[in-house]
Amino acid sequence: MKDVNIGIQDISKIEGHASLEIKVRNNEVTKVQLMFTENKRFFTQAIRGRSIDVLSQSVARICGTCSIAHSLCCIEAIENAMGLVVSQQTQLLKKLTMYGLMIRDHALHIYLFSLPDVFNKDSVLDFTPEQSHFLHDSFDIKRAGNKLSTVVAGRAVHAPFPQVGGYAQVPTNKDLKAIIPDLKLAREKLFGVLDEYYDCPVNYSRSTDFVALVGKEFDFLEGEIMNTRGLCIPEKNYFEHLNKTVLPYSQAVGYKFEGDTYMVGALARINLNKKGLHKDTRRDAKKYLRVFPSQNIFHNNLAQGIEILHSIDHALEIIDTIDFKPEPKLVFEKKACEGVGVIEAPRGTLFYHLDIDAKGMVKEGNIVVPTQQNQINMELDIKNLVQNTIDKLSKEQIKYEIEKLIRAYDPCISCATHFLKVNWT
Amino acid sequence: MTHKLALGWFSFSCCEDSSIIFTEMLNDHFDEWSKVIDFQHVRILKKNNKIHNLDVAFVEGAIASEHDEMKLKEIRKNSKKLVAIGSCAINGMPAAQRNTFDEGKMKEIEFLIEKFHQAKKVRTIEEVVKVDDRVMGCPMSETAFLDVLNKTLKEFKIT
Repeated sequence: MKDVNIGIQDISKIEGHASLEIKVRNNEVTKVQLMFTENKRFFTQAIRGRSIDVLSQSVARICGTCSIAHSLCCIEAIENAMGLVVSQQTQLLKKLTMYGLMIRDHALHIYLFSLPDVFNKDSVLDFTPEQSHFLHDSFDIKRAGNKLSTVVAGRAVHAPFPQVGGYAQVPTNKDLKAIIPDLKLAREKLFGVLDEYYDCPVNYSRSTDFVALVGKEFDFLEGEIMNTRGLCIPEKNYFEHLNKTVLPYSQAVGYKFEGDTYMVGALARINLNKKGLHKDTRRDAKKYLRVFPSQNIFHNNLAQGIEILHSIDHALEIIDTIDFKPEPKLVFEKKACEGVGVIEAPRGTLFYHLDIDAKGMVKEGNIVVPTQQNQINMELDIKNLVQNTIDKLSKEQIKYEIEKLIRAYDPCISCATHFLKVNWT
Repeated sequence: MTHKLALGWFSFSCCEDSSIIFTEMLNDHFDEWSKVIDFQHVRILKKNNKIHNLDVAFVEGAIASEHDEMKLKEIRKNSKKLVAIGSCAINGMPAAQRNTFDEGKMKEIEFLIEKFHQAKKVRTIEEVVKVDDRVMGCPMSETAFLDVLNKTLKEFKIT
């Protein structure tokens, strides 16, 4: 009979700071507490009283890596509140903005954070000469995403061009077409890492629900909320289906969907909507797509790789076929109103609800981020993993497996800890 | 050349945007940097990190708890040079936005400050330890970072 305490402080190769405590008594896992230890910056309170003119730039500072997702979701909530319908060109620019983000952010995760786990290395810096090309592949792919973001949105981090009602600056067709060779090179390089994740035998399967915003074009912006159990709801009603769960040991709250734990993110999106991927992606990723739907959380890495491919393919099509022209932003009168924005951020479904007063100041803001939604599911997966390995692996080996599992989720702790509005009892 | 610049990269209370800029700068500078830099502590890139005998520590974020303060002092003690990176580290904002909250908002967050042992006031890096250099921006400016890094390499006679 085994009694073990496992503690992991400051989990590495993730965005933000998290720790973990596990207790095993008589071979039974009795406690799993995943603690987000990042200090809160109280954005929920800070945005109250702030003008919608500057809000999308303020919330971008919630998270460095997915700042574009926060900005676009905030803008969508304001546009919905004000009843603004942006032009088709603006919507295409938003899609390109999301694609730039997905390419860079997913590449950071699948190459720099998780790939060392496939090769049993501490870091990409420790790769052998035979493996080191993956590091350079990651640079080519991230560079392509960065360039797309810079040309379309002004910058890859805290992008200034996307604004309420339109883009402050519309990219020239010449600048857009200049990125085509970078995107094509990134596409070519990507298949090496897709093969590695496809062949990797790591398996963290457990039956759970998957939830995502599912749209016709797989553009991370439009669609309806769906889950693997067949539910389909309008995005504006998403919060009504969430159950907030207080985790007293963590500096964030968790969520359940329809009373059950669930996962959001690339794996959920591919599980629910692989038919929506770009035709070139479906053609060239056929082998990898057979893996889905999958319950294996490690396949989140493969799903992210496929989303990079899709983002490149759809971006190439848009750049190749659309003639972008200068266009003024929509002009609107501020009014008292409420609005919801829901988009698919790199790590999953992101929800904004804004209550705005007649002067355009935020009265209340409610933000639900992907990592909060995955937290309880992560704990259950960790419990399952420890329970299944407690007799087979050493404590150090179990710790390593847990870290691999957590990294596969690609958690973003900066996001998860900055919206806390809980009444602790 | 035998000695490489022993570099540490650290994040405190912030959105880690400069960490992202730093990892993106690797896209274009890795080959050149890997010849002259020993990435001794970069949590975003590796698990086995050491805060010991660093030539330079780059520190982003503001100091929001006693735990952070102790860690920053440990970094300072073990680094010959310390560079504050980005807006939160240099002027506190936006990580320190709670310092400006009115009474109503302060009352709302009071119990959380206490529960999670956060400091009453969020401080800049310079309010806690001596800072040798700064890279401004939100996120940090890439060219300003390159200037400081190249200057540091010269100071440590690493070419």
